[in-house]
Amino acid sequence: MKIEELNRESEMLYSGHNACPGCGAALAVRYLTRALGPNLVLVLTASCWSIISGMPPLTALKCPILHCPFPSAGSVGSGVKRGLNAKGKHDTTVVVLAGDGGTFDIGLQALSGAAQRNEDYIFICYDNEAYMNTGMQTSSATPFGARTATAPYPLFKAGQKKDIMQIMAAHGIPYAATATVAYPEDMEIKLKKAKEISGFRFIHILSPCPPGWGTESSDTIQLSRLAVNTGFFPLYEIRNGVSWEMTWMPERTRTPLTEYLSRQRRFNQMDELRVQALQEEVDHDWDCLMERVGASEKCD
Amino acid sequence: MSFELISGSQAAAIAVQRVGVDFVAAYPITPQTAIVETLANFDAKGELGGEFVSVESEYAALASCYGASASGARVFTATASHGLAYMHEIIHWCSGARVPIVMVNVNRTIGAPWSLDPDQGDSLSQRDTGWMQIYCSNAQEVFDTVLQAYALSEELLLPCMVVFDGFYVSHTYEAVDVAEKEDVRNLIGAPIFQAQVQPGTPGNMHALTTGENQMLLIKNRHETMLRAPAVFEDINKRYEEIFGRSYKVIDCVIPPGAKTVILAAGSTSETVRWSLPQLNNVGLIQLRMFRPFPADQLCSVIEAHDVEKVVVVDRNCSTGMGGIFAQELRAALYGVEKPPAVQDMVLAGGVDLTLQMLENMLDSGPVENRVEEKWGVDLL
Repeated sequence: MKIEELNRESEMLYSGHNACPGCGAALAVRYLTRALGPNLVLVLTASCWSIISGMPPLTALKCPILHCPFPSAGSVGSGVKRGLNAKGKHDTTVVVLAGDGGTFDIGLQALSGAAQRNEDYIFICYDNEAYMNTGMQTSSATPFGARTATAPYPLFKAGQKKDIMQIMAAHGIPYAATATVAYPEDMEIKLKKAKEISGFRFIHILSPCPPGWGTESSDTIQLSRLAVNTGFFPLYEIRNGVSWEMTWMPERTRTPLTEYLSRQRRFNQMDELRVQALQEEVDHDWDCLMERVGASEKCD
Repeated sequence: MSFELISGSQAAAIAVQRVGVDFVAAYPITPQTAIVETLANFDAKGELGGEFVSVESEYAALASCYGASASGARVFTATASHGLAYMHEIIHWCSGARVPIVMVNVNRTIGAPWSLDPDQGDSLSQRDTGWMQIYCSNAQEVFDTVLQAYALSEELLLPCMVVFDGFYVSHTYEAVDVAEKEDVRNLIGAPIFQAQVQPGTPGNMHALTTGENQMLLIKNRHETMLRAPAVFEDINKRYEEIFGRSYKVIDCVIPPGAKTVILAAGSTSETVRWSLPQLNNVGLIQLRMFRPFPADQLCSVIEAHDVEKVVVVDRNCSTGMGGIFAQELRAALYGVEKPPAVQDMVLAGGVDLTLQMLENMLDSGPVENRVEEKWGVDLL
């Protein structure tokens, strides 16, 4: 998409919001509100976006925002959609927006409950891979080997990043997809697809965080692209929990993970063994994903 | 009048069906389960008139009610004990967000150890969350109070907790006038409170604010809740006209010349009421509304009757301080010219109140310890 093709009328994010320079989450919400608006309600749980949205009577978005406590996002979304239905507002798209903490950790129970009930809304996780709003503490979405405020040097995040997409696929929801800010067209296609489907939809967006990851604010898009091309964060979609399909393949071979890691200060004290372990984990996950995609093609 | 032989739990559920709600979130917990089961049966027969959703926890039940209420829907959920404790965060959030939710809590002791008896500590430990609390002593009161709670809550835009004892009220079958839907609609029609979430209109509801703004919001909530007794009185005037019965925030039975009264809330007040003829010139104050605390009403009655001693039945205990109703009464009496002695009868753990215990308490004379409390185990 060329910049002059953007329809300014469909922008829902105001300038002057409270995000840090280079914030992936601000871009993600800009894209998602533009794709899903204007008849849109956003349920917002505790996360960086609690701050980015601004202090009333100000607001960063043209759509209504309903803030809710940290573990409650999945449940509040259910209530809002059903409440709007009761008031005859069936056409409104309800989006629940949560960070990785509000999705992978404290919000997982409510998310699972809503997914199992196939509640009719879109749950969007913007994943910056730690509790960034409180200052970069470890979450279960933090990658192996990263340093965080609760895993300072010589400690590091032990254990793998939780595979939230497999968890969501296991719920058999109609639609789940990954997306990231370096691929806005891919993200928009997925969001518009999601909008046309009823039932529970889940979008997992990798959102680089310059202060948390220890990167230049101008590097956000490049890092987002590297995450995809290294296979660290593949772009794909899952229908009904069983049909896996890649939406973007890295060119030729995947870029070595070191190129992605070396540009982020959170990884700069990782020794070679750990880097190798993380590369092996990424390779293994990639192979498993290709198997699932291959098996889905055969079924089709 | 339309009498049915039903339990307190069924009375609560039928009242919800009569009011007409858009959304019910259900999660089972003893001794509340019969409420959501009764509502599920209405739903199965197509008689609920709203959506019934089985959710994955009590927290989810109240959180989804918050979302639905913020969207303009009339909602209901019910819980007890550990379920109420598990909701704690979202209980606070709902009052701060000023959503008019009506929730039933059926009293049951919070563990450890596991216990099923109706200690009131579950609801009383939520007293500072900004919800109104009304305690009911029998199934008819439960039915009437749930109806009235909707009118009260939607008038003040404050959530309301209707509380009654597990088993003694929830599982006891009584003849209850369950009213016709048309009569209920004369008391309370379709919800008219404004939805906080208005598609198409920007709004940043309940986002981060300053300490100064938060103070104004808390002050407004406090002052609004203090209006509850007056609004409750208005609702009961209308209730009297439609149904021929009504309630007060405190209900007093004080014989002429009685200088001792027993203050009780929930089913123990019913026990005391039926014991009065066998007690020697003793009165009863039934505490119905607990939040807001009816301090003025209590002081007026106590002063008007020159009450010398109030025996408080506390089926709860704030460890390290004592029974909660007694504490609240003592605080309310501060500054009264001739304050009565306040003796506390602590039945924590939800033990049954017997006539023998009441007689032993009243005959025991001055209580020696500073906090003037006697425990149920010592009154058997």
